[in-house]
Amino acid sequence: MEKSRPLWDNPLQFVFACISYAVGLGNVWRFPYLCQMYGGGGFLIPYLIMLIAEGMPLLYLELAVGQRMRQGSIGAWKIISPYLCGVGVASVVVSFFLSMYYNVINAWAFWYLFHSFQDPLPWATCPLNSNRTGYEEECEKTSSTQYFWYRQTLNISPSLEASGSVQWEQALCLTLAWLVVYLCILRGTASTGKVVYVTASLPYCVLIIYLIRGLTLHGAVNGLIYMFTPKLEQLSNPKTWISAATQIFFSLGLGFGSLIAFASYNEPTNNCQRHAIIVSLINSTTSIFASIVTFSIYGFKATFNYESCINKVILLLLNAFDLEEGSVTADNLNEMKDYLMATYPQEYAQLAPQIKNCSLEAELDTAVQGTGLAFIVYSEAIKNMEVPQLYSVLYFFMLLMLGIGSMLGNTAAILTPLTDSRAIASRFPKEVISGVVCFVNCIIGLIFTMEAGNYWFDIFNDYAATLSLLLIVLVETIAVCYIYGIRRFEKDLYTMIGCKPNWYWKTMWAFVSPLLIISLFIFYLTDYILTGTLQYQAWDATQGQLVTKDYPGYALAVIGLLVAASTMCIPLGALVTFIRKRLKRERISTVA
Amino acid sequence: MLRALLLTLSVVAIAHAELCKPDAQNAFKVRISIKTALGDNAYAWDANEEYLFKAMVAFAMRRYSSKSTTQISNVLLCNVTDRVSFWFVVTDSSKNVTTVPGSEVEAAIRMNRNRINNAFLLSDKTLQFLKITSTLSPPVEPSTPVWLIVFGVVLCLIVAGIVFLIISGIRKHKKKNKESTERENLEEKVEVTLENGIPCEALDIKAGHVNGVFAADDERFTSL
Repeated sequence: MEKSRPLWDNPLQFVFACISYAVGLGNVWRFPYLCQMYGGGGFLIPYLIMLIAEGMPLLYLELAVGQRMRQGSIGAWKIISPYLCGVGVASVVVSFFLSMYYNVINAWAFWYLFHSFQDPLPWATCPLNSNRTGYEEECEKTSSTQYFWYRQTLNISPSLEASGSVQWEQALCLTLAWLVVYLCILRGTASTGKVVYVTASLPYCVLIIYLIRGLTLHGAVNGLIYMFTPKLEQLSNPKTWISAATQIFFSLGLGFGSLIAFASYNEPTNNCQRHAIIVSLINSTTSIFASIVTFSIYGFKATFNYESCINKVILLLLNAFDLEEGSVTADNLNEMKDYLMATYPQEYAQLAPQIKNCSLEAELDTAVQGTGLAFIVYSEAIKNMEVPQLYSVLYFFMLLMLGIGSMLGNTAAILTPLTDSRAIASRFPKEVISGVVCFVNCIIGLIFTMEAGNYWFDIFNDYAATLSLLLIVLVETIAVCYIYGIRRFEKDLYTMIGCKPNWYWKTMWAFVSPLLIISLFIFYLTDYILTGTLQYQAWDATQGQLVTKDYPGYALAVIGLLVAASTMCIPLGALVTFIRKRLKRERISTVA
Repeated sequence: MLRALLLTLSVVAIAHAELCKPDAQNAFKVRISIKTALGDNAYAWDANEEYLFKAMVAFAMRRYSSKSTTQISNVLLCNVTDRVSFWFVVTDSSKNVTTVPGSEVEAAIRMNRNRINNAFLLSDKTLQFLKITSTLSPPVEPSTPVWLIVFGVVLCLIVAGIVFLIISGIRKHKKKNKESTERENLEEKVEVTLENGIPCEALDIKAGHVNGVFAADDERFTSL
């Protein structure tokens, strides 16, 4: 008796699952950085163009394939062509790599969340040194938020080679993160379907609260004006367009097999065309929305630092020249500096190296992305707000929801092919398979909780998924358009939805998107080849800042393995199928 | 007589001027930031405040050395600026025209820093004794770190949820097994027909039409 496939309770669960998966940390910590680097408000132009040229068509393609074939990635591509089973396997391998390191971010979010229930916040002040006469040396050199991140959270080692030991606090948080993921995927779509209501909607509530709070902060407007002023000359920079294309591509989570997995649990008549448009539009709108919040936070932080800098200079001048309090203010600072330089040239010259030139633009120009933005910049801004505990809890809870939502998609991409395959699913119940996957990932993830773990995290973050995904999606598009045939695909869509895809979809699938992906692929390859040795940012405790170092040999080998492990699956899969068919044919011919 | 008095006074004044000057031996510089600390409630620094300062230093010296020989007149202030900052020394009344060693003064001030601060409604940062480092108060640390408590609570909730779901899943599975064995004994098996890997009933929900040519199948064949 054929067990009918589990389904989403209603189409809304499916849409929420896709939104929860697509709207992730990249919308919060990567898009604002790109917006700032590549022309502010002007970046929206290439972003929206790439959304229409690449994002929506590829999303619709994956959803349609999943809904039509009603199987996970391995099964779906096997149906399209038996030689393409390697594409499915490559997707599963990439998802596996991603889930290994992605949950560490959730562990960090848990760590910060648990530490938010204190007054004052632990990253607000530096800890005292051993004889209680001043602050810790490392903390003095950098800021208290950076010290909390690099020393008390990561306990980072000076280089990749010095692995250090597993940090038990981080290991505990990582275990908790995996337990939470296991709880959500335990029952398959029955449990995931309920959880995505929360993980999809809660981040928006927090973002709205932060938007209102952010816009009312002192100095927020500075950030907004500076960031959103379009610098249209950046449009002529090819990197702008490449970054826009890359951001759309990775933000939607194409190629991991998660979208195929989610769509496979749909009713066959679900209107996935409408859902594809909705999900991609919501994803992009969330990015823009999150960047408004981020820029107002930037503005607040920059204004705060600028005013602190000015106050420090004023205090320095007052103390050195014994002037009356209040005689030097922010408004007359420049005149006073000139006056003092003229009246006491010798003392002023002695003091000159300590007097910093405070600049608001310099503070605003510090563009940060990734974990630095999420955990350092935001926590620095939060500690200066009123009732910082509340905002801290809200913010890290939002990060958690975003991260767990994406993790649900990743684990679905791994579990759906496993539960589809009859060999495994008949022997073990769903709970055991999910448990084993979570357990294995958790054990491997302990690498990222070591002292050098953050460096390995960066390796996985930069190299595990980038090239492989581009290749996977390219092969997917070419397979559907040319191997399966676009007319056959059209007919399938007509059977499912009741309307044929119009010329826009067909042109994008057949020509524009593959060309875009090929150009992205070529760009990345040439970039890797031209830069020569790969380098990474290591934290130097003695200086209190990041320094650039070269990767050691074995790290380069790991990078090569990561890329090869997933990309080689595609030709290997075709080869294995070819050999198997050959053997079967020979066996039949010998029998006959 | 008058001339001798004038002479001794001038000698004392000069001696005092010698003892208290910027960077003199055993002299300390004090910097006060009243406006920063108190804002609108700031008081003006005048001779009365100076008198209070001298009294507090004398008090600190008395408490530290436990001999009641230090008088307010032993504390000398000089070079008062608008900032407000000044230098002070503590003279030793027993030995003529000498100052109390700096280490003693420093220890005395450190011991009574809190009292001195409170007398002026200021803090360590706004009433600075340069060269005398203040002992920073350590943050209050509870016996168990707060984060472990929250972690424990969340962990227990999650584990309880997992155990609940697993047990209810096992129970449902056992019930289904019992029911299906009962049903198999009574009914025939109903097979779901598949067409190209898609269950048939899913296909004809929307796009399937009943084809009239084949519908009237029983009429094509003549009855026997």
